Amino acid sequence: MGKIQNISRRSFVKSVGLASGGLILACNTSVISDKSPENLIDFNPNLFVQLNSDGSLILVASRSEMGNGVRTSLPSVIADEMEADWNRVSVKQAVGDKMYGDQNTDGSKSIRTLFLPMRRMGAMAKAMLISAAAQKWQVSESECSAENHFIIHSSGKKIGFGNLVEIAKTLDIPYEESLQLKDPKDFKYIGKHLKSIDVEDFIKGSAVFGLDKRLPNMKFAAIARCPVTFGTVKSLNKTATLKIQGVIDVIEIPKIDRPFGPLGGVAVIATNTWAAFKGRDALEIEWDFGDNQVYDSDKYMEEITKNVHKQGKVSKDVGNVNKAFRYANKIVESTYQLPHLAHAPMEVPNTVALVQGETCEVWASTQVAQASKTEIVKYLGIPEKNVTVNVTLLGGGFGRKSQPDYVVEAVVISKAINGPAQVVWSREDDIKHGYFHTVSAQYMKASLDVNNNVTGWLHRFALPSITSTFSPGIDYAAGFEISSASNIPYDIDNMKVEVGKAPAHVRIGWLRSVINIPHGFSINVFADELAAAANEDPLEFRLKLIGEDRIVNEKEKIPFKTGRLKNVLKIAAKNAGWGRELPKGHAFGLAVHRSFYSYLASVVEVSVIDNKIKVLNVYTAVDCGTAVNRNTIKAQMEGAAIFGMTVALHGKITAKKGAIEQSNYHDYQMVRMHQAPKIHVEIVESSEIPTGVGEPGVPVIAPAIVNAIYKITGKRHKTLPLSNEGLIV
Amino acid sequence: MITLRINGEKHTIDVTPDMPLLWAIRDIIGLTGTKYGCGIGVCGACKVMLDNSPVQSCILPVSAAEDKNITTIEGISENLQLLQNSWTELNVPQCGFCQPGQLITAAALLDKNHNPTDKDIDDAMIGNICRCGTYQRIKKAIHRTVELKNKN
Repeated sequence: MGKIQNISRRSFVKSVGLASGGLILACNTSVISDKSPENLIDFNPNLFVQLNSDGSLILVASRSEMGNGVRTSLPSVIADEMEADWNRVSVKQAVGDKMYGDQNTDGSKSIRTLFLPMRRMGAMAKAMLISAAAQKWQVSESECSAENHFIIHSSGKKIGFGNLVEIAKTLDIPYEESLQLKDPKDFKYIGKHLKSIDVEDFIKGSAVFGLDKRLPNMKFAAIARCPVTFGTVKSLNKTATLKIQGVIDVIEIPKIDRPFGPLGGVAVIATNTWAAFKGRDALEIEWDFGDNQVYDSDKYMEEITKNVHKQGKVSKDVGNVNKAFRYANKIVESTYQLPHLAHAPMEVPNTVALVQGETCEVWASTQVAQASKTEIVKYLGIPEKNVTVNVTLLGGGFGRKSQPDYVVEAVVISKAINGPAQVVWSREDDIKHGYFHTVSAQYMKASLDVNNNVTGWLHRFALPSITSTFSPGIDYAAGFEISSASNIPYDIDNMKVEVGKAPAHVRIGWLRSVINIPHGFSINVFADELAAAANEDPLEFRLKLIGEDRIVNEKEKIPFKTGRLKNVLKIAAKNAGWGRELPKGHAFGLAVHRSFYSYLASVVEVSVIDNKIKVLNVYTAVDCGTAVNRNTIKAQMEGAAIFGMTVALHGKITAKKGAIEQSNYHDYQMVRMHQAPKIHVEIVESSEIPTGVGEPGVPVIAPAIVNAIYKITGKRHKTLPLSNEGLIV
Repeated sequence: MITLRINGEKHTIDVTPDMPLLWAIRDIIGLTGTKYGCGIGVCGACKVMLDNSPVQSCILPVSAAEDKNITTIEGISENLQLLQNSWTELNVPQCGFCQPGQLITAAALLDKNHNPTDKDIDDAMIGNICRCGTYQRIKKAIHRTVELKNKN
C-alpha cells in the first residue's frame, strides 16, 4: 500500500480542521493497514468513507446518536459531496478514538464543527473516483463528472462507483487545493428532509441501545449508592441479598475521585436485572453521609437569594449603572428562582463491559466516547490501545451521558467478576444520583427614562458552577456560565453583570441548553416586565430594546448579530398572528434568545381558565445558518418545545439532609401527550455557517409561557415550576 | 417453571413468579425491543399486548401472563404494521427508545377504536412518556394510519 502519499494526506487532514497528531497518524494507519492486498476489496480514501466493489458505501458517524439525528446528517453531507446514492449508504458508528478528532456529542456543535470537514471527505472520494474513471477510459478528468453513484464521461458512457474501487484504491490522495466543493444550489441531501437512517430499527424494536447489548454469560449489576452525594459505606450486611434467587455476588465499588469517577457504593451482581434490583434493595447498609448531608435545597435557595441581593463579583461593567439608576424615571426590580433539574432520559445510564486481563471492551450509551476511554485507562492502568469503546444508540442523553461515571462502574464490576457485566441504573438511581442542572437565584434591576428607554441594566446571579464538578471548592460561575448574561443583545448604555457565591452540594452537570435555561428565563421575563412598566406592546418594546442592527460580541469569533435576532422574533410573531384577538383567557407570550450560535424565538399561545394552564400553540422561528437536515431541525424544535415545557410546568429536584427527594416519573413529571401543544416551526433561509440545533430551542419556552400567563392573569411567575405556583398544569 | 407464549412462540423459563414480565422478556428470553423506563408502571416504555389489552410489563408478575398471548414490538398485528408504516412516513422517532411502547399502545387503541379523535388519542397515550417530545408526530401518525385504512 505504498501508493498512499502520506504528505498529501497530512496536508488534507490538516486542512479539514480535524488536525491533531493522533488523527494524522491514525489516518495513515487506517489506510496502510496490515491486511493483505487481496482482502482489500474496499476503497478508503479517508477515515469516514469506505466504498466496496459492489457499490455499497459505508460512511462513518463519529458522534453519538441520541435523537439528534447525527447518524443521518453527518453521513448525508459526505454523500452529497461525493454524489453518492443515499440508498446505497449504510452508517457505521465510530469507536472512541482520537483519530476521529473531537467526538463529544454536546454543545450542539456536531454539524457546526464537522460540516466542512465532512464535505471535504466526500469531495476527496469523488475526486479519486473521477481520476479512476479517467484512467480507465484514458480520457481527461475534466471530461468526467459524478452523478448518483456513477462517473459519467462527456460522451455519455458511465461506470458505477463500485466498479472503480480497484483502480481508485491505488491512486494517490489528491491535494486539498485541488478539491472542489459543490455549489450549494446543487445540494441533493443537504438542506432537504432526510428521514433518520435508523427509523426502521426504532419502530421494529431491533435498534440496539446500550441497555439492549448482550454478551454470552453476561451478568447484570445494580449499585446501591449513598443517598447523600459523596457519602461512603460505613457497614454492610449482605445476608438477605445473597438469599435472593439469581443473585450471584455482592461487591463494594470504590468512590473514585475524578470528575467522571463512580460515586462508589455496593454492587449486586445477578443473572438478571430484576434480581440485581431486588438484591440491591435487600442490602443493609449504614452510610457515612459526609459533608453534603447539610444540603437543604429550600434553605440553600434562601442563601443564594441573599447573595444576589448584595454586591457580587463584577464580570461586566459598561457605562455607569448607578448613575442611570439615580436619574431614572422608573426603576424595575425582580428576583428569579429556578430549581435543580434532572435529565431523566428514557434510557437510564448503563454500560456493558468486558475486562479480560490487559484488555477492556465496553458498549456504552455515551455522549463522550473518548472521555469514557480516558477514564477506563486511568482506572485499569492499561495502555489506551487495549481499550475499545463501542458507542451504542442512546435512548436520549440531554447531557447526562456526557459524564461516563457509569461506564467506569461497569468496568470495575467486570474486572471484579472476571467476566462480562452490564451495569443498569434504575430510574430511581437516575433521578437521585445524576449530575444535576444547576439551581439559581437571579436579581435584576433596570431603569427607564421618561421616554421609556432602558438606561441601566443590572443582572446579578448565583448558581453552583459545573466547574465545581471538576474542581471541588469553586463557588462562583465560570466564564462560559456568564457569557449568556453578558452578551446581552439590548441596546443599553449602562450595564453591569455580577456573580454571587454559590457552593455546590451535588454534582452539577450539563443539561440541554445548560446556562441558557436560567439566563434565557430571567432576561426574557425581565424584558417583558420592562415592557409592562413602560405600558408598551411586548413585541414592539423588545424590538426597540434590541435596537439597531449590530454585532454584540465584537471580540468573539462567531458574531452575534442583532439583525438575525430581530428577524426570528418578527417571523415567530408573524406566524402566530401577534396582536390578533384571542378567546377569553388566552394570550400570547414571547421570548427570543441566541445560544449555541443559533437565533431562536418562540411565541406561545397559552390559556388560563379556572386556574388551569394549557399551552395550545408554539410558533418557533429558528435561524441556525445553513440548514443541513430540515427534518431534524424541525424535530429538534418540536422536542425542545416539549422539553422547555417540562422545565416550565414540572421540573424540580429538591434535597433534604443532602438526599434528593424525587425518585421517578411520578414525582419528577414529564409533559405528556395530553399537555402537548401544536408546534409550528419556521426555519430561516440562510447561507451563514450551520450552527446549533439540539439545544437552542429550549431556553425560550419557559419565559414565553410566563409572559403569556402575565397577560392573562396579571401575575408574574418568577419561580419555576408553575405546578408549584398554584396553577393546575 | 413458567411457560410464556410470546409472538406465537412458547418459552419455558425458570424464574420466580414475582419477576415482572418485562425482565423475563428482556433478560431471560432475550427480546430487547420491550424497554425498561421506570419500573413502576408510569412511563409506558415496557408496554406489551396481553391477549387484547396493553399492559405495563414492568409491574405485571410473570405468573399473571401465563397461558396468555403476549405480543411485543417484535410481533405482528395488522394495526401495528400499519402504524409502523406511518411512523416511518412521518419520521416520528428521535432517540427511538420509547417508540415500541408508543406503538403498542397506539395499536391497542386502533384495535378498539377505528376512528379516534384527538381526545381519544390523548386519553389512550397518556401513560406513555417521550422525553424527546415526539407527541405531535405520534398523534399525526395515528391519524395518518386511520386515514390510509379508511381509504382502502
